[in-house]
Amino acid sequence: MNLFGLFQKRGSAPVARDRLQILLAHERTIAGGSDLVAILREEILAVVKKHVHVDSDKVQVKMERGKELSTLAVDIEIPTPTESLSKIERPKPKIAAAAATG
Amino acid sequence: MAKVLVVTSGKGGVGKTTSTAAMGAALAQQGKNVVVVDFDVGLRNLDLVMGAERRVVYDLINVVQGDAKIQQALIRDKRVDTLFLLPASQTRDKDALTEDGVSRVMDDLRERFDWVICDSPAGIERGATLAMRHADLAIVVTNPEVSSVRDSDRIIGLLDSKTAKAERGERIDKHLLLTRYDPVRAESGEMLKTEDVLEILSIPLLGIVPESEEVLRASNLGAPVTIANPMSAAARAYSDAARRLTGETVVLTIPTDKRSFFGKLFTRRAA
Repeated sequence: MNLFGLFQKRGSAPVARDRLQILLAHERTIAGGSDLVAILREEILAVVKKHVHVDSDKVQVKMERGKELSTLAVDIEIPTPTESLSKIERPKPKIAAAAATG
Repeated sequence: MAKVLVVTSGKGGVGKTTSTAAMGAALAQQGKNVVVVDFDVGLRNLDLVMGAERRVVYDLINVVQGDAKIQQALIRDKRVDTLFLLPASQTRDKDALTEDGVSRVMDDLRERFDWVICDSPAGIERGATLAMRHADLAIVVTNPEVSSVRDSDRIIGLLDSKTAKAERGERIDKHLLLTRYDPVRAESGEMLKTEDVLEILSIPLLGIVPESEEVLRASNLGAPVTIANPMSAAARAYSDAARRLTGETVVLTIPTDKRSFFGKLFTRRAA
């Protein structure tokens, strides 16, 4: 590296390359019909819905697809039964499910 | 034995039509009988890039539907007489292209030509899948840019699953044509390098076409760049790519338009 190289900004191409590699690794598995993160998201929601009524506006799903591992965070607000609310004021309980896949 | 080649990319604006015209003309200039077929029904442009827009009488859909004979629809290039164009329809809906009809036309063209080059529309819908349907080999046109590379990856997946050849369990040959490449920006880390794109898409490289003013000039004039200015960097890249396609071994270089002082003098005199 020459003297000027020290002051030069690193190009954006390596970032583009890394982003593409991660994205395509995931898209290729989706095309093969095995998007594990998406399957988990659907099934976790299905299980919760079996037991409680879930307002779809109160569900937050976050996915982060990474190179080494992906994370899935499902944050569901579940309404507290009204009778218990009259006794004590409590914050609404939440179910948070998190899954990580390699 | 005729070869059916599809020029495809997924993303629009990366140079499919330019590359179809240039590769078709280059193969024809090398003595092959070539037809370029526009599959972009409703948004045809290959006629314009080839400079044949005022000579279109019948189109692919007329032939598919049996309203015209194939020889009535074929337009012979005025500059290279082994080069023909089968234009797309500008007014009809792409649903007018039937799978059987396209199959019949492709069989017919195989009888008449050495190379049948299908210019695919952008996207992954019916027009694009029909254009690749009967191909023996494919050129995937890609710009060194993230969205283009992503879409090319998707198209490669479709080539491996949706073509007649893939359905028969055979492999379709896929070749990468990297267009609008700027070696200086790639070297300084501002643009994806050839090696980056090759590593990501992992298909063999057919050629690198540098960003060149000559490409726009050629389309302004209505001539494939290999005809408009055969000595331009883009034209040389396309000619070399065409030679590789016919099995010749041509060392891969990135031609440049930059000429020496004497080179400049010479071209000015020649122009």
